[in-house]
Amino acid sequence: MKTAALLRRSRVQWVAGLVVALLLAGGISHHASSSPDGLQHVATETGFSDTATEHVAADGPLADYRVAGVTDDRLSGGLAGVVGTGVVLVLASGLTWALHRPRPRTAGAPRDAGTSQDPGTP
Amino acid sequence: MHVPDGFLDVPTSAATAVVAAAGIAVALRGSRSELDERSAPLAGLTATFVFAAQMINFPVAAGTSGHLLGGALAAVLVGPWTATLCLSVVLIVQALLFADGGITAVGTNIVLMALVGVWVGWGVFRLTRAALPKRRTMIPVASALGAFVSVPAAALTFAALFAAGGAVPVEPATLFMAMGSVHLLIGLGEAVITWMVVSAVVGVRPDLVHGARPLAFAAPLIITEGAPA
Repeated sequence: MKTAALLRRSRVQWVAGLVVALLLAGGISHHASSSPDGLQHVATETGFSDTATEHVAADGPLADYRVAGVTDDRLSGGLAGVVGTGVVLVLASGLTWALHRPRPRTAGAPRDAGTSQDPGTP
Repeated sequence: MHVPDGFLDVPTSAATAVVAAAGIAVALRGSRSELDERSAPLAGLTATFVFAAQMINFPVAAGTSGHLLGGALAAVLVGPWTATLCLSVVLIVQALLFADGGITAVGTNIVLMALVGVWVGWGVFRLTRAALPKRRTMIPVASALGAFVSVPAAALTFAALFAAGGAVPVEPATLFMAMGSVHLLIGLGEAVITWMVVSAVVGVRPDLVHGARPLAFAAPLIITEGAPA
């Protein structure tokens, strides 16, 4: 069962990628720099930072990557990251799966390289 | 890099929203040529990784930080049309759920990161790939250069938008210099992260990396039914 083994390997790799994303968003993000980012820094320096207006979702349950009501900083940020990771995964996977072009079922058939490559690819 | 509400005036925000909508509409068509049953799962995962990596701000200079934008990274992994969609999904989720980037600035942020970031990154990657030896190890190098250039390109696009329709008048030269210099540093971080991630994916699954497809003829990677066990 060659194809089954390949499929299994692909699934393991996919799950590994997801685990990396969850570790980043759910754990390592706690140790991220809290300094203002490049744009905020420039806005302050150049004198237009106070033109920013309050975000309409500033009081939302996940605003600023914090779960409202969870007081522990690490837990609050980590949970928000995990929720966001899940939401993006579902939306982006759903969209790309809906758009994907099914391949012919014949195993081992060459891909239609003519259309799958960019125009002008050397 | 996420622009909040209020920085840009209403006409400018409306204009960027129109450009963003047009870009997404074109990308929805273009991505069909990039997405098949093997690349679609990678595309969903790429968007997810970009979201997670954008939470990791790294220090770049005294009191300033930056994070991955991910445009060049996503373009190399899944193709520029699909990357445009991936980044757009990330930016919309960030604005609606996390109050990161203004609601009225969603169009602006899509223009900066999902259009300029992705396509400048992809363009520089393509040029670099064409100039370098046709080897698999060159793909992460070309990706890193694309990533490096994409960040100041997005930053300078914001400066141009602010010069045209910012909430307050600023000296354009000062703004361009400030945005450009800080984001050159952030671009270095972008390049390092992009190099690491593309190296890892090319190392494990070169057959899935969109930007490595032209090299497939030199090193056949698709295992067929007849391959020895």
